[in-house]
Amino acid sequence: MTRTLRRIGTLPRIGSVVAVLAMTLAAAACGGNTSTTGTTAGAAKLSGAVAVDGSSTVAPLSKAAADIFRETQPDVSVTVGTSGTGGGFEKFCKGETDISDASRKIKDTEKEKCTAAGINPSEFIVANDALSVVVSKENTWATCLTTAQLKKIWNQGSTVNNWNQIDPAFPNEPLKLFGPGTDSGTFDFFTAAINGKEDQSRADYTPSENDNVIVQGVAGSKGGLGYFGFTYYEENKDKLNVVKVDSGGGCVEPSVASAQDGTYKPLSRPLFIYVSNKSISKPQVKGFVEFYVSSIDDIVTEAKFVPLTATQKTTLAAELETLKKG
Amino acid sequence: MSTTGVVSPRVATAEGQALTQRKVRIGEVVFRLVLQACLLIAFLFLVWLVSYAVVRGWKRLDSRLWENMPVGRISRIDSAGVQSAITGTLWVILTTAVLCLPTGIFGAIYLEEYADQTKWYNRLLELNIQNLAGVPSIIFGILGLGIIARQFGLGFTVITAAIVLALLVLPIVIIATREAIRAVPQSIRQASYALGATKWQTVSRQVLPAAVPGIATGSILAISRAIGEAAPLIVLGAVTFVTTNPDGLLSKYTTLPIQIFNLIGEAQLGYQEIGAAAIVLLLGIVLLLNSIAIFVRIRFQKRW
Repeated sequence: MTRTLRRIGTLPRIGSVVAVLAMTLAAAACGGNTSTTGTTAGAAKLSGAVAVDGSSTVAPLSKAAADIFRETQPDVSVTVGTSGTGGGFEKFCKGETDISDASRKIKDTEKEKCTAAGINPSEFIVANDALSVVVSKENTWATCLTTAQLKKIWNQGSTVNNWNQIDPAFPNEPLKLFGPGTDSGTFDFFTAAINGKEDQSRADYTPSENDNVIVQGVAGSKGGLGYFGFTYYEENKDKLNVVKVDSGGGCVEPSVASAQDGTYKPLSRPLFIYVSNKSISKPQVKGFVEFYVSSIDDIVTEAKFVPLTATQKTTLAAELETLKKG
Repeated sequence: MSTTGVVSPRVATAEGQALTQRKVRIGEVVFRLVLQACLLIAFLFLVWLVSYAVVRGWKRLDSRLWENMPVGRISRIDSAGVQSAITGTLWVILTTAVLCLPTGIFGAIYLEEYADQTKWYNRLLELNIQNLAGVPSIIFGILGLGIIARQFGLGFTVITAAIVLALLVLPIVIIATREAIRAVPQSIRQASYALGATKWQTVSRQVLPAAVPGIATGSILAISRAIGEAAPLIVLGAVTFVTTNPDGLLSKYTTLPIQIFNLIGEAQLGYQEIGAAAIVLLLGIVLLLNSIAIFVRIRFQKRW
């Protein structure tokens, strides 16, 4: 703390700052920003940098992991960025990051770019999520929607703009749609699950990269409807009603249990991290991934995500072993 | 404001004079009211914005904000802060200032005092600078990502961010400095030359000192703008979670606008409150910088 204060204190003196900057530049250039010095002395003590980037949905999980990891490995600097699932893979496949957060599986086109750069991504499922379809508290009629009705609302070219067009039993209330922007992995997943094809969606809804804007939008309009990750519904239960989804087997409400056992179809999804085979050779990245996998229960609890099932955990541990060997 | 009721001297007849006088008065009153209404709207909007941020962030407006690092554990929200964003902002902005202020000010001196305005390349240069001032910041971000971060291999670091922000605000510095230099009366230069001073002596000892208030104001407004930028930095890979302060130009970093953008989007109310508190902090820093500009202007102002 005192070190920081002293540094701030010297900042206004431009001359000394130039000198400090020059020195640190030289120091950084010599040391490199991913140095792993000191790893040989005592197997547990690691240092260096771990760069995580990708989905903003998965980011809270990686942040929790980084935060807990810091307690045992204070010299490892884990940074988490939120470029989005697609933006994260773009950097990951250029070798600019070590780990990529993803709210959907890696696409074939993205995989090809990785392979071209000699990067082989390993996939780990780290949590579950239930995409929640929400309406305002004033909406008392839409307690359950079928996947066909959701498709009717959200499909490309849809002109549905009133609740009574979805079901004649619904009142005459203008429909106002809110959802994530087209760059989001949540958008990709929802459009694939509901409309049958990724990115195929009507465009005349209010998009936002900030899920709280969707919360406010839906909560503030009687005829509002939107979708986002389960966490945002959990945190805003007092402002929103959640819609049960019927994919042919009856109405199912999104919950921890229904997301885990897969009965909340088709909107329950796994959340992923991808690890680069090149990066795993760095001791600090290996250490962080091992910690992430072995402490996944604590991490999920700290980030308030839907935990893995026992089967998923076994798979996760097995995948880590494979990665360590290969 | 003290000229209400001024009579146009061109009106010759007494009748015409009385008529114009009344018309002018109504017009003046209406115009004045419109001006005051505009100011009031702008002011009320600002007050509303600031008080909203203060009310939302009130619980977190304390030393935790700058003493603590960001956390990733929801159970630790109460001890979360934005220290790495504050130091990140300072690193990025000071490096930006070091890069863009000398370049911008010297560039402006060249254009104003040395460049031959009849040459086509100087006019082209001028036109380009004017145009650059209107380019959206995200374009600079994309350019920086492609050229500075990847082509030059500087990566997602403090120096990349500073170079891009410096390029972004360079036109503002140049334009403000040129205006300030142009405002120095020609008679000062002529007097200096008449006493046998060289061009360099005239510029460095007469023109520049006289232009300091304008240059300082322009520079600090440019830096204030750079502090608030988030869009180009998001493209340039500023991270959203980092628990160490930058220790060099090649460090990973985050800045206050990035943290605010991220915190406001979190699901937990606790994070959103920290975001609101960080808004107030950022406003405070920008306000501080602007008051330095005002101080410098008053302190060094000369009237001819």
